[in-house]
Order: sequence, then structure tokens, then C-alpha cells
Amino acid sequence: METIIEALVALFLLIGAAFALVGSIGLAKLPDFFMRLHGPTKATTLGVGGMIVGSVLYFSTRGEGLSLHELLVTLFLFITAPVSAHMLAKAALHLRLRTVERTRGEGALPRGDAE
Amino acid sequence: MIAPRRWLPHPLLSLLLLILWLLLFNTLSLAHVLFGLLLGILMPLFTQRFWPGSPRVRRPLHLARYALLVLGDILIANVQVARLILGPVKKLHPAFVIYPLDLREDFSITLLASTISLTPGTVSADVSPDRRSLLIHALDVDDEVALIAHIKQRYETPLREIFEC
Repeated sequence: METIIEALVALFLLIGAAFALVGSIGLAKLPDFFMRLHGPTKATTLGVGGMIVGSVLYFSTRGEGLSLHELLVTLFLFITAPVSAHMLAKAALHLRLRTVERTRGEGALPRGDAE
Repeated sequence: MIAPRRWLPHPLLSLLLLILWLLLFNTLSLAHVLFGLLLGILMPLFTQRFWPGSPRVRRPLHLARYALLVLGDILIANVQVARLILGPVKKLHPAFVIYPLDLREDFSITLLASTISLTPGTVSADVSPDRRSLLIHALDVDDEVALIAHIKQRYETPLREIFEC
């Protein structure tokens, strides 16, 4: 039993770490600001999510009762991450950051109308 | 007897505060349940004036189902985007998409925008000043119309059922 739980915990930690890694690779590899913005959203959702599930499993099976306060981390991340992404994107639009040439639909952007 | 709306203006918020309190202390002891209940009743009362307009949840069960749906989609979309990121960058077709909103209330628009940002592959970047459209940046789209239809049918329609009519 002990071993199965430990294997599961390890599995979830690895999944979380893998997604955080992919998110960071995206951050380094993608060519423009708006595309790079997609990297961190992954790291915060599945990356942290995997670690949290691992932590809940580990601390809940040590005989001290259910441990669920890790879920709060996910909850607050889910509330704050989209807001910060939105603000970053808005600032980038305002500063007219350059986008990759093949980006479509740029004609309709509300750029710089805040002056 | 005072009308329940007066002393319990946001029943769901009260419940959420109670659950938050219990989770923070990681316990179910009677003292914490009572104190959590007290906080859950007092905090909405004291902050009520700061609420721009009180969002009314008409179907709490649908809200729970919506949360599960979004969680599932986050899982699936994460794997898809991971594949996109690890694949060749040259093949990606990023695009800005103007998404026409049917929702009218600030709170439900916020929820929709957050959903769009949380599901990987799309980030909501701006709301038009008249609140009739959202600007979305998508990492890889072939067909903007299909993306709009997908969001409309999968996220916006349930949200409208929960909050607006």
C-alpha cells in the first residue's frame, strides 16, 4: 500500500514538473510577447495542479486525516493568473509590442487609444 | 423577522468563506466551523456596499458542473498546447480574434474572460469599452469562426444560463 501511494505521489510530481518545464520552454522558445504569454498559463494550471495533487495524496495518507488546504493554492492561482495575464496583454497592446508577422487579425486591434 | 436577503445578501459567498476558513485551518472542529459561519455572515454584510452589482447565481448546480467542465478542458487543452510548444514554432498560426459577447453583466464577462485565459491556447487580452466584444489572442488557430463558435457554445451559453436568464 505504502509503495503504491509513493509511486502515485511521484507520478503526480513528475507530471507537474513536466508541464512546468514545457511552460518554461514555451517562454524561452516562442517568438513574440503574446505567444509567450501562453507558456505561464500552462505552468500555473497543470504544473502546479500536479504538485498539489501529489501533496494532498502524501499528507492525507500519513494517518493525520485528510489534508486539503493545498487546494487553496489552486483556487487562488485560478483567480489571479487570468487577471495578471489580462493586464500583461493589455499593457503589451498599449505599448504596441511587435508581433510575429504571420499573426492574423491585427488590423482590428484597439492600440494606443488610451491616450 | 428580517427578510433573509437583508442579513444574508450573498449565500454562496458566505458558504465559500466558510469553506475557505476551514481549509485554511485544515480542520473540521466545532469552534472553527462556528467562527467560519460568523465570518461568512459578517463579511458579506460589511463589504456589501463595495459590490458593483450583486451577481445572482440562479443555478448553483450548473455552476458546479461548469467548474468541472472547465477543469476537464484545462487538462485536455494543456496536453494539446504542450504538443504545440514542443513542435516546430514555424507551424503555429497565432491570431487575434474579436469575440462578440452576449453576456452583459460585468461579473459573468469576467468569469468568461478568466475561463478563456485559463484554458491554454487562448488568452483574453482586452474588453471593448462598450463591453460588447472581447479581444482574444490564440496561439494556433486555423479557423477563427470555429473558435468563436466553440467558446460560445461551450462556455458562454452555460454562463448565461447560470447568471442571466
